[in-house]
Amino acid sequence: MMAVLSLHMALGACLSMVIAAVAAPCLQSNPTIQRIALSALLAISGLLAVVAGFTGLISGGGSITLPLGLPWLPMHLRLDALGSFFLLVIGSLTLPVSIYSYGYLSHEKKLTPLAIFLPLFVLGMMGVVLSDDAFTFMLYWELMSVSSYFLVTHEHQYPENRKAGFIYLLMAHMAGLLIMGSFATLYAVSGSFEFSAMREASISPLWASVAFLLAGFGFGTKAGVVPMHGWLPDAHPVAPSNVSALMSGIMLKVAIFGFIRITWDLMGSGDFQWWWGALVLAAGSSSAVSGVLMALQQHDLKRLLAYHSIENIGIILIGLGLGMLLAHFNHPTLAALGLIAALYHTINHALFKGLLFMGAGAVLHKTGTRNMEKMGGLIHRMPWTSGLFLVACISISALPPFNGFVSEWLTFQTALMAPQLGGALLTAMVPFSAAMLALAGALAATCFVKVFGVVFLGHARSEAVADAKEVDMWMKFGMVIPAVCCLLLGLLPTLFIPLLDHVPQALLHTSMLSSLHNHSWVWLTPMDAERASYSAPLALIGMLLLGGLAFWWLHPKGNHIRRSKMWSCGNPHTHARMQYNAASFSQPLRRIFVDLYQPEEHEHAERHKHALLTTRVKYIVHVSDMVVKQVYQPIGHATLWLAKIIRHEHQRGIHAYLAYTFATVLFLLAVFA
Amino acid sequence: MSSIFFQLLQAVLMVMFAPLVLGFVSTVKARLQNRRGAGIMQPWRDIQKLFNKEVVLADHASWIFRFAPYVVFTATVMAASVVPSLLLDTPLSLTADVIALVALLALGRFFLSLAGMDIGTAFGGMGASREMTFSALAEPAMLMSIFVLAIGAHSTNLTTMIAHTLHTPLLIQPSIAFALVAMLMIAIVETGRIPIDNPSTHLELTMIHEAMLLEYSGRHLALMEWASAVKLLLFATLIIDLFFPWGISGDASLVTIALALMIWIAKLMVLFVILAVMETSMAKLRMFEVPQYLGAAFVLAFLGLIIHYMLEVAV
Repeated sequence: MMAVLSLHMALGACLSMVIAAVAAPCLQSNPTIQRIALSALLAISGLLAVVAGFTGLISGGGSITLPLGLPWLPMHLRLDALGSFFLLVIGSLTLPVSIYSYGYLSHEKKLTPLAIFLPLFVLGMMGVVLSDDAFTFMLYWELMSVSSYFLVTHEHQYPENRKAGFIYLLMAHMAGLLIMGSFATLYAVSGSFEFSAMREASISPLWASVAFLLAGFGFGTKAGVVPMHGWLPDAHPVAPSNVSALMSGIMLKVAIFGFIRITWDLMGSGDFQWWWGALVLAAGSSSAVSGVLMALQQHDLKRLLAYHSIENIGIILIGLGLGMLLAHFNHPTLAALGLIAALYHTINHALFKGLLFMGAGAVLHKTGTRNMEKMGGLIHRMPWTSGLFLVACISISALPPFNGFVSEWLTFQTALMAPQLGGALLTAMVPFSAAMLALAGALAATCFVKVFGVVFLGHARSEAVADAKEVDMWMKFGMVIPAVCCLLLGLLPTLFIPLLDHVPQALLHTSMLSSLHNHSWVWLTPMDAERASYSAPLALIGMLLLGGLAFWWLHPKGNHIRRSKMWSCGNPHTHARMQYNAASFSQPLRRIFVDLYQPEEHEHAERHKHALLTTRVKYIVHVSDMVVKQVYQPIGHATLWLAKIIRHEHQRGIHAYLAYTFATVLFLLAVFA
Repeated sequence: MSSIFFQLLQAVLMVMFAPLVLGFVSTVKARLQNRRGAGIMQPWRDIQKLFNKEVVLADHASWIFRFAPYVVFTATVMAASVVPSLLLDTPLSLTADVIALVALLALGRFFLSLAGMDIGTAFGGMGASREMTFSALAEPAMLMSIFVLAIGAHSTNLTTMIAHTLHTPLLIQPSIAFALVAMLMIAIVETGRIPIDNPSTHLELTMIHEAMLLEYSGRHLALMEWASAVKLLLFATLIIDLFFPWGISGDASLVTIALALMIWIAKLMVLFVILAVMETSMAKLRMFEVPQYLGAAFVLAFLGLIIHYMLEVAV
């Protein structure tokens, strides 16, 4: 009964998105009602998705065949543990974003395109996780990609937005093509588009590897794995902030879902080969470190957050890669731990990255700029936004007692508990990836000290920022929900992991529950308390007690505080521009990793009056993405060059075209006849 | 019940000893430089004095600036109370394993750096930028060095790791030697000592830790100074625990604890005399040689790990 109910609720979530998309053009005459309808339907859909996800995880889902789609292939939908979990992820961010959007869109002039494509985008993501055949999967996948293209190019009056949208569309479709190739391989082996048939079919190692590589590169492109990430840092910042939150928070996760669906579910852990896990692990480690290194050099707040998504996708892949390696070497319990770590980080990242983008949107909304070099001191102007943003900063920096630390800790444990695998080099790769994870985590903390310090602390660096106002209650409320979830997921992992445990139960037929329940819910013990344990509630209680004790002891006679000018080593007459800004904060790292960044620096000193009297100094530094520069641009140039060469062929007469047709027919006959 | 008492005793000792440790190091340094020094109680007297002083805050200091000293202090003390110094198996040691311990210290550092950025002086930002940069490079090296031992002991719980070292026969393991050197190098970075940072200088363009504290006064400054003293003692105890744990008490009886206390103090004195000698005989590194130093530490720790897999597990 519960099972059917959860599927019906998931369908209800999809249906409310269809209604929203259809209703939007009808309500065009009254923007306020249009906005209310959009937010309310999004909220209903998000809530239904959360409930469906929870009940689906607890009681299992069901399946249904809708008479839609191709005549010989009706639409198969199914809610299983994996799908339920990702539905939960989608819902848990859609709900707060819908509330936030009500405030955020209050001054939006072009509401109709958003009101049509935002529900379609959410519908596409929900459809992907519910689909039970390859055709339905691709249908919703493309719906998600195309509708998000229109959201990225929402402000299409700016040429750079159109360009970002074009690159996004191009790469999304290349990804779609690769994914289709992966499904085609599985179809060729099983003879059916239905997932159930693909699961049954046995696949040869060679074709399994082909399908794995196609899926890996296809979903990797969509998830923004280095070096296929070129579209991501351009596309995410230009979308409206509520859309950026959804794109970064959950659309990338849907790509992770697709990857798990094809490799772990349709092919199964029995088919894993050792180099699959090693490849995923290497891709994860390199994405994690290079994503955060690039993020450190950004001064556009939303672009910086977009690079952090690359980092976090890398962390998820480290967990998945470890799981795949361990599953291949027959350690199913440890593989389950790796999978749980990856899934835990998936929902964590959805929450804190959604919150970060909403916070960045709030700042953008009130100051009109994304440039961090113009911000500063916003903690005094926007206390709520800054406090909630700080929660997200601590969470993403993997610091206790918030949620980011729990998932990274679980990933560390997976790496450290891994026994001897294959050769010494493969075995050493595992702790090396853990060290890369540590580097990424520590650099992320550096980056978020920079973000919070430059945006919210210090003095305002421009007029617009000095006069900023706090956002309205809807936007505040939208940000409070994920912040509370970040704290709860950080404090109570032992209550959440049993829910997650249904996924490895379905995919690997092993469970982590026995080792978790050895101890009370206070301690998180992935294997055994002898080996590793962590208790966030106790750590938090201990810190609160200690902090309270110190405060109580130091404040016996009231609060003696004198406000005065800042000391600044005896020179309080400083200017706001003399503060450390985003460029100077990351200068040491720019110098340390100079070969990686290859920054373009320009210095110019004006000396108008006298050769020794400097009146004005200009320093411009620009760090461009090396992958884009070294890989994408040559490919782009080569394509243009090729097009230039064959462009003359277009202008030939009819006889030339007939000759081409003839040659093609001959070629096809020679190959296939 | 008695283990809870000794747990508390151990934590209180860590916190109360910490300023004495600073005093000890500076006294030994003074003797090495033919000075008398201010005595080992001086840091305690400084903290005492600061607690009674008025707090002067910059006009636009936000709540972060006032909140940070408490976070830094409690996170450091919380981390310190997890590290066993006298008794091997304590109730709190389950709360945080070695990774969580590193993360607790990182939480303190995060708030310390934010406080540095809060006032908006060039010094604060400079200190925050350097502190976060160098610690970001130090953290993987430190974890790598700990992993060498953790993989050998199949655990990241400090208690289990120490027990493993105690129960293995005393052999020279090359991997552990590499890990030790790396760990010593990292400890100097993390605690801000010469040749990376100099805790006794202010207003120097190469300062790191002190630059973030420049705007602090009164009890806030006292808490920050105290926390950094606790951190120094914590790192020394961590090195003792991981590499030379012999002498730590296995059961919670008064006699063995007293013995363990004396052995712990003796080991600490040896470590800090070495630190004082090094600080007296060395000059500070140039700022941009620090990453190379950290890179060397990381490579050493990674070599230790490879050696562990190739020589010690294979045979």
